Amino acid sequence: MEKKEVTLMKGNEAVAHAMIRCGADAFFGYPITPQSEIIETLALLKPWETTGMVVLQAESEVASINMVYGGGGAGKRVITTSSSPGVALMQEGISYMAGAEIPGVIVNVQRGGPGLGTIQPSQSDYMQATRGGGNGDYNVIVLAPASVQEMADFVDLSFELAFKYRNPVMILSDGVIGQMMEKVVLPPIKPRRTEEQIAKECPWATIGRPSSREPNIMTSLELKPEVMEEINIHLQEKYQLAKDTETRCEITDCDDADYVIVAFGSAARITEKSMEIARKRGIKVGLFRPITLWPFPEKELRKTVAGKKGILVAEINAGQMIEDVKLAIGNSLPTAHFGRLGGIVPDPEEIVNALKTKLIDNE
Amino acid sequence: MNNDIISPENLVYKKPELMNDTAMHYCAGCSHGVVHKLVAEVIEEMGMQNKTIGVSPVGCAVFAYRYLDIDWQEAPHGRAPAVATGIKRLWPDRLVFTYQGDGDLACIGTCETIHALNRGENIPIIFINNAIYGMTGGQMAPTTLIGQKTATCPYGREPELHGYPLNMTELASHLTGTCFVTRQSVENVASIRKAKAAIRKAFDASMKGLGSSLVEIVSTCNSGWKLSPKQANDWMEEHMFKEYPKGDLKDTTNL
Repeated sequence: MEKKEVTLMKGNEAVAHAMIRCGADAFFGYPITPQSEIIETLALLKPWETTGMVVLQAESEVASINMVYGGGGAGKRVITTSSSPGVALMQEGISYMAGAEIPGVIVNVQRGGPGLGTIQPSQSDYMQATRGGGNGDYNVIVLAPASVQEMADFVDLSFELAFKYRNPVMILSDGVIGQMMEKVVLPPIKPRRTEEQIAKECPWATIGRPSSREPNIMTSLELKPEVMEEINIHLQEKYQLAKDTETRCEITDCDDADYVIVAFGSAARITEKSMEIARKRGIKVGLFRPITLWPFPEKELRKTVAGKKGILVAEINAGQMIEDVKLAIGNSLPTAHFGRLGGIVPDPEEIVNALKTKLIDNE
Repeated sequence: MNNDIISPENLVYKKPELMNDTAMHYCAGCSHGVVHKLVAEVIEEMGMQNKTIGVSPVGCAVFAYRYLDIDWQEAPHGRAPAVATGIKRLWPDRLVFTYQGDGDLACIGTCETIHALNRGENIPIIFINNAIYGMTGGQMAPTTLIGQKTATCPYGREPELHGYPLNMTELASHLTGTCFVTRQSVENVASIRKAKAAIRKAFDASMKGLGSSLVEIVSTCNSGWKLSPKQANDWMEEHMFKEYPKGDLKDTTNL
């Protein structure tokens, strides 16, 4: 069996290594804390000399996402990374990509807000990420990594999903996952696609029109409302297909549990420790971790929590994913929220205390 | 001897093959149609029909993709130079150009325009300057002349209220990344020929990797200006060329 090389690095560095290894064609980005290591790592690794991957520091996040629009519309695997205020600036471009059906990957290493906020970690962009974020009826597929390993693994997965659905895909990380160092096995090396492969796999791409086909046009504009409605219905059918087939989650120790904590990303990592503490104290608790935040794993959650005594939704925000939890399970069992705000990362004990005071003591 | 003068051997002028038969949405008298034709002719003469990607703006030219049978991307308002950067960096052997109006290029997209030009992206930018927002119904543009009346400066543009016209082409000529910066117009045959030569030079320069080019076409918007096509041409010659004088501002191409 092939021995896998284990290395130690930050989540941000893992993203940079992963994009080179999985055959990304370009990175366009603008520096912002806490994710600047991504572009810095790329600049040090100089992938343009090895795989031919383009790395360009853009003049703004607005420009970055539009470079992703251009490259993705021309059939290339293009990625940008930023943090919350920068991702807010990208929403125009993400909406246009969804409208024009252009694939591309956006990594959001979240920090606390609103506004310039703080450079400390947060999960307060959940709503923006899972509700589209820009104008119009659209969705972005959202993956939430909870480890450095997943930061690395989700890059290729995001490209696969982006091209499968011709839609933007977001990796919704945060300052904890981006900055912490962990063991990671980097993904296998995959060559960049050739011109022939792109022409074959992406017949829609604007790569120059051979005489044999009609022009390809990337646009989100349509002035006739009856046609625009048809386009919207097509997009909704696509999103429904993603809802039916792409949900992912991780379920830990829920079989014998009385209580289930629902948490994603770094909050889920902290909750793993909370579970350990709670079980030592005789509280039977399990963890349900959505990996796709959109589409939200509703069916899996309903099945997991059936017959339990209560749910605690632990997030590093004021209560955002809890709305999706409630949409999934209704009022079928007591549901409480725990969150810290403004860049404060909760302690595992705090989550155990919240479970006790907000659910167990109220029974 | 064929007595019918309308025959192939007597053909001296024809519509470029890249232009399709879709009826244009442009107003009669508008400069866009002529410039579209010049772009189509240049692409054909370069033999780049199968290797060109155009980037259209938001504004009157948003539908440029309906008229020229090449691949197109329609960019968000002002972002065409960033979109074109993404395409050109990944397909360097393709001809990638943007086609933008004054609101798109000189107002909402000033940042993207200046930075793409100054990075020396191998992209020619066609800049239609008609000193007004045509598509939205004739509002003030960054290039609207002092005293010019529009829907949002109905008493005329006043510097104290609205600031001054922005001369993007002069600005571009000072950027190290640009290799060819010129200002042209298309109101008569002589001007049209010069404008076509400028577009050809800009497109050639991009394929030779010489850097970025800006070709401003001082244009008429007779609907927005509320003038007949003939009056609009006269008004342009009398007023626009004073603020926006024609000619090459920078040329390091040796082409």
